[in-house]
Amino acid sequence: MQVFSIPKSMKENAKFTFCPGCDHGIAVRLVAELLDEMDLKEKTILAASIGCSVFLYDFLDIDSIEAPHGRAMAEATGVKRARPDKFVFTYQGDGDFASIGLAESTHAALRAENLTGICINNTTYGMTGGQHGPTTLIGQKTTTSPMGRFRETYGYPIRIAEHIALCEGTAFSARVALDTVPHINQAKKALRKAFQVQLDGLGYGFVEILSTCPTNWKMTPDEAHERVKNEMIPVFPLGIFKDVTDISE
Amino acid sequence: MESYSDKQLIKGNYAIAEAAVKAGCECYFGYPITPQTEIGEYLSQRMYDLKRGYVCAESELAAINMVIGAVSTGAKAMTSSSSCAVALMQEGLSYACADELPVVLVNVMRAGPGLGYIYPAQGDYYQAVYGGGNGDYKITVLAPSTVQECIDLTYRAFYLAQKWRNPTMILADGLLGQMMEPASYGEYPYPEIDNSSWALTGAKNREGRAIYSCARDEDKQNEHIRHLFRKYELIAKEDTDWEEFNTEDADIILIAFGSMTRNIKAAMKVLRAQGLKVGAFRPITLSPFPTNRLNQLADNVDRFITVEMNMGQMVNDVKLAVNGKAEVDLINRPVGQWLSVEEIVEGVKQIISKGVQYASI
Repeated sequence: MQVFSIPKSMKENAKFTFCPGCDHGIAVRLVAELLDEMDLKEKTILAASIGCSVFLYDFLDIDSIEAPHGRAMAEATGVKRARPDKFVFTYQGDGDFASIGLAESTHAALRAENLTGICINNTTYGMTGGQHGPTTLIGQKTTTSPMGRFRETYGYPIRIAEHIALCEGTAFSARVALDTVPHINQAKKALRKAFQVQLDGLGYGFVEILSTCPTNWKMTPDEAHERVKNEMIPVFPLGIFKDVTDISE
Repeated sequence: MESYSDKQLIKGNYAIAEAAVKAGCECYFGYPITPQTEIGEYLSQRMYDLKRGYVCAESELAAINMVIGAVSTGAKAMTSSSSCAVALMQEGLSYACADELPVVLVNVMRAGPGLGYIYPAQGDYYQAVYGGGNGDYKITVLAPSTVQECIDLTYRAFYLAQKWRNPTMILADGLLGQMMEPASYGEYPYPEIDNSSWALTGAKNREGRAIYSCARDEDKQNEHIRHLFRKYELIAKEDTDWEEFNTEDADIILIAFGSMTRNIKAAMKVLRAQGLKVGAFRPITLSPFPTNRLNQLADNVDRFITVEMNMGQMVNDVKLAVNGKAEVDLINRPVGQWLSVEEIVEGVKQIISKGVQYASI
């Protein structure tokens, strides 16, 4: 019995260029599995982003277009308005989605665009070598906050999933993590929901994924996952912040 | 010949908007800015009625990238804006050139720099022709001079964008956008271009397509840029366009673009009546610029005088084209009231009699 294979939505010869221990690989695989399971590959168009996520088109065997830094949700909007029958998603880092692209990300949600946004939150700018970003934690040392983030100069990190949940056009917003197997399973479930609300025309689906950056955090992969659990989740709690399909209340 | 009944009194901005509809524009994305806001106002209702795409974008950054997204699927799409807000779109134009996407963009120029004001000006020649985005690229730029040309060149912009897979700009100005003239729409006169070989439609029965400019291989990047510039040469060869009047025997040729063209033609007539052999020349495509034709004309012309509503921008392209074969002078005012026929005539006389190379009115 075959128990493991490469998802059809991934290129057969794809070799991840992510650093060892980085959670991007798990996130990309979950996306590819869902594109397969939900039979979306042939109708999918990805608006790619700038950052460590930039090479997604090297890994996924789907149609994609690059977006300038922060503009993925604007491009995704253009794609979807021109071709409403397509499945359109973005895959962005926290800097791309919530700093330089916060206006685009927020307004796509406010317009109730039938789009899915995936945001990898690793509390730093990974591609450029670990600078202070919109989600850097108070006290966190980065190359541009070598003394640690403190309020007077750097202000506070943004809670992205809660912010998006406040937008009226958002159908689903959740925060997940990839530090344990149960969390990975929850992440896949949330991503499936964020995909499904788009397919059902309910509005904007969003998942923030807490992720590791061992290279720039200067940690081993295990230590990095410990940090997700001990430092990130207390500030960025996991959970579903909005779900218009939830009729339990 | 067109009958009067074909024509209606149309405002320049509405002419551009309705011509876009007739050219098959499937999506419009824009953000308000005077003096082009009527384009978005008009299309908000029109695109809704036609069940086409329309978004009041959150910014010009978003608007240009929405166009990029839409055209990447093979759809025709457009945005419009003005001067200081077109500045925000330069990044998108660089990406669209690199990614070879048929973006159509309208700039109804206002005064600058900075916020400037809403009166007409032609200060965005450099911005349009040389761009503010990063890297080696060229967009195609068309400059209408009448409301009728707002229609004709909007049609052509959609065609050239598709034909060359290159961003194409209609560079109008506040005067043209706000004035009314008799004009007729006719039919979109160009063939449709097959884009099935590159458009994003979903990876069905084929491998995934990626449209991107990021090349980690330096040879690949070099080849891509050379490919773009071979294309720009072809655009120049096939689609450079201009008009010229009385150039056969001219000693002096007045050059202007856009609506300023109207007054150099009138000034030419006045100066001819006074015995001066004056011609007029008007680039219709600012990029590609009619460099070769101006260079030919320079063999038999003493002096070219550009007339611009800026501090002298196109004049430098004329100098490059003429390449020392003739004098190149400038009559200009940076912003506001269009240079009148009388002012242009006076400027020409100053330049001839006093030998000044610069008549700032």
